[in-house]
Amino acid sequence: MGYEFVALSLPPIVIGMLAAMACALPGNFLLLRRQSLIGDAISHVVLPGIVVAFLITGVISTIPMMFGAAAAALVAVVLIEAIRRLGKVEPGAAMGVVFTAMFAGGVLLLEQSDTSGVHLDVEHALYGNLESLIWLDAVGWSSLADPAALSGLPPELLRMALALLVVAGLTWLFWRPLKLSTFDEGFARSVGLPTGLIGLGIVVMAALAAVAAFDAVGSIIVIAMFICPPAAARLMTNRLESQIGWSMVFACLSAIIGYVLAGYGPMWIGAAASVSAAGMIATVSGLILAITALFAPHRRA
Amino acid sequence: MFEALTLQLGYNAVLVTLGSTALGVAAGAVGAFLYLRKRALVSDAISHATLPGLALAFLVMVGFGGDGRFLPGLMLGSALSAWAGLYAVSWITRKTRLPEDAAIGAVLSVFFGFGIVLLTVIQTMQSGRQAGLEGFLLGSTAGMLRSDALVIAAGGAIVLGATILLRRPMLMTAFDEGYAQVQGLNTARIDMALMVLVLAVTVVGLKIVGLILIVAMLIIPAVAARFWTENASRVAQLAALFGGMSGYIGAALSATAPDLPTGPIIVLVSFTLFALSLLLAPSRGVLASALRHRQLQHEVHLRQGLLALAHGQPVYESLTQRMLRSRGLMRADGVPTDKGRNAAAQALLDENRWQALRRIETLSSLAVRDDGLTRIGDVLTPDQVKLLDARLSPQGAA
Amino acid sequence: MTAVELATDNGQMVSENLTGSPLALRGVTVSYGSEPVVFSVDMTIEAGTMTAIIGPNGAGKSTLLKAALGIIKPLAGRVTTWGGSLDSQRARIAYVPQRASIDWDFPTQVRDVVMMGLFRELGLLRRVRAKHHAKVMECLTRVGMQDFADRQIGQLSGGQQQRVFLARALAQEADLYLLDEPFAGVDAATEAAIITVLKELRNEGKTVVAVHHDLSTVEDYFDRVFLINRRRMGEGSVEAAFTQDALHATYGGRLGDGLIARAG
Repeated sequence: MGYEFVALSLPPIVIGMLAAMACALPGNFLLLRRQSLIGDAISHVVLPGIVVAFLITGVISTIPMMFGAAAAALVAVVLIEAIRRLGKVEPGAAMGVVFTAMFAGGVLLLEQSDTSGVHLDVEHALYGNLESLIWLDAVGWSSLADPAALSGLPPELLRMALALLVVAGLTWLFWRPLKLSTFDEGFARSVGLPTGLIGLGIVVMAALAAVAAFDAVGSIIVIAMFICPPAAARLMTNRLESQIGWSMVFACLSAIIGYVLAGYGPMWIGAAASVSAAGMIATVSGLILAITALFAPHRRA
Repeated sequence: MFEALTLQLGYNAVLVTLGSTALGVAAGAVGAFLYLRKRALVSDAISHATLPGLALAFLVMVGFGGDGRFLPGLMLGSALSAWAGLYAVSWITRKTRLPEDAAIGAVLSVFFGFGIVLLTVIQTMQSGRQAGLEGFLLGSTAGMLRSDALVIAAGGAIVLGATILLRRPMLMTAFDEGYAQVQGLNTARIDMALMVLVLAVTVVGLKIVGLILIVAMLIIPAVAARFWTENASRVAQLAALFGGMSGYIGAALSATAPDLPTGPIIVLVSFTLFALSLLLAPSRGVLASALRHRQLQHEVHLRQGLLALAHGQPVYESLTQRMLRSRGLMRADGVPTDKGRNAAAQALLDENRWQALRRIETLSSLAVRDDGLTRIGDVLTPDQVKLLDARLSPQGAA
Repeated sequence: MTAVELATDNGQMVSENLTGSPLALRGVTVSYGSEPVVFSVDMTIEAGTMTAIIGPNGAGKSTLLKAALGIIKPLAGRVTTWGGSLDSQRARIAYVPQRASIDWDFPTQVRDVVMMGLFRELGLLRRVRAKHHAKVMECLTRVGMQDFADRQIGQLSGGQQQRVFLARALAQEADLYLLDEPFAGVDAATEAAIITVLKELRNEGKTVVAVHHDLSTVEDYFDRVFLINRRRMGEGSVEAAFTQDALHATYGGRLGDGLIARAG
């Protein structure tokens, strides 16, 4: 049992937790800035990004695909901003125009190119492949102390940990400007803060988390984690610091409970196979939000 | 391609093309009302929320021993779960402190995630009869049954008819909710009807463009149309036209080759119309407003430069200096030319006339026209200007 | 001494000496769209005074203030603070935005908001120490809000919110205070408390500029007025510039004669 858990379940759970936290952290600021749906937009444009990267390099490999996704996210963010400002289009509609068009472009490119021999499809970008991120070198809990075995951990784990570290580090470093400019932009500018740059920084941080996460866990968790844990956390407290803390707790809970339910839940009710872990994690985060919306202490203004 | 655009393809392709044209027209018009109500992205929540209903309907139909792919059944299921999603969005917005955009994002991701859980259940449940429900994510018209094509064509026509019937009350609500209420319209019910239409567009469009891209058919034509006109009912008409064009061209093009998926083509045609509108529209377009801004900036600098000359004040800003020099109004050393002196005197006179105007009871209401650039001669008759000058001459500048 | 008097009349380039003025605008024009909302405005704020910016709705009062602070970029013109550039003097300027421009549902406490006034001192990472907490409480006490330090800001009344904003400005320990409609939608007690603090500031030699709506209180509250209706319509001491004629020109027919009579 110990072996099976450490080798097959522990890595996906940890990766899921890291991804959930990396997305939820900037999600808190997006929520307060009324930009929650930018996460939705970013995760949709990941697809065209990886398709273009594949067409350019001709191989399915993680690093170029992540660059492609990051570039697409940046293009999307810049386009949304440009359409919003230059065309005086409301932000929601500007997002809707950009991400659907880019997504459509991605699908079309995918159909036009010869990808029959390789594993590159829309479903993969949506659901990820959390279940397949197993640790073959593990023999049991003792492997956690074995350097040789640790080097065989799925690379996604390190990547996700790094992404979380970067996002958390930036949030810590720029905490005061982030809070100040999110709360009162006019005042922030009057003390000389570059509020436009800070706003862009938050979106770039979100894009970084989304891009690091999509390959491991798929876009659907990314969108859910941007929004649900911070939203549920907002209903628990009236302090931004505690809100961030709660959102991290909810993100981890969603990942753990979701993965366990997806992997073992069907067995408990007598079915043979497991269901999508990504989908289940998103579902659990929604259930947590529903519970807080019904019972949390600060659910109403 | 010519054959495609003139509908000389197979019977199914013609039905699909007609259906997506009707759908495009309806989606454009409905989307315009949605956009004017500033709720464009509600459609994103609705469309993603169809997925669990689609999967559940499949499971139920198979459970009763039927064919899980029966399109009307799937459409009913997706409509029900989209309705639940819509209800969840409005519940969260009303009952908690969370803003609507967060509610939309939460609903779309959670419903979609749950839908994917159900899809994996279906995939494992019966490997032999692949449901092909993934086709609803991106739409697929390949190998469509004749009955399905008929359902879509009829559905598109019905939604279009309903939109035309409801256009007046929806227009009034979008334009001015308060006024519509005074006129005795039940705006809550009209908003509800609008949501039903959005839902209907979504459900009918699922099979053709898929649930991720149906949002584009609702949003893009409306945003594109808004660039061309300030008139709400024109926006709706133009959006319907753009939507119809996208649906028609998109479906017809995709029928010509197997690797041209209908949904993405429709969306990209629509986006092209949007991009052209964004750039080229005469008053709200980017090009026009950039030119206007530049023009305004130049006018302002020129005018302020002249006034500075008239007051004998130094001209600090380099743009102002450039404007004055290039028009031969100021020498390189900052001294005004004769022409510059005349123009400056003229500008000053205009200023003083505007100041005097504010102090004349019968004319002071015209002071709102004074934005610094408007010449007084464009607002007053020569006689009125004379009246002003009479006030000015005794005490000089006000 | 105003700038116009300083300028020579022979058309030569001279640079004015504005080091004595905490805030001076020259030829500032702002536009959001196709026409200027503020046109070619000169304004010279005198040190150690309280100035009211007055004018009808939509006359560009808040816009002028935002342009003065560099929050919006003017189409033309320049802003100097103590004769220097805005960026070099930011630490000496405090700003109180319009209350309505803020999302009061933001998850933060009164104490935190006032602490934001110490941002320039604290920077990114400097530790918050006992003296900073003491400073925050001192500023809250000064506006009578010391008992509300741990309240969530959304739970305050409009007047209390305005006082918290003033406390944040006080924490900035600035020399120039710019306030955008500080008395809009506040109760009488708050209005009295705010004006008391502002007058104290003035008496300490600080400079106060406020966008103001209520013409009936201008003479009681302020020393100087700046009248604006898209253009500068007058500027000077209350006695000299707050005249019936100037108000007529500024407000046009839109102002009841009763108010003008009182002001005149």
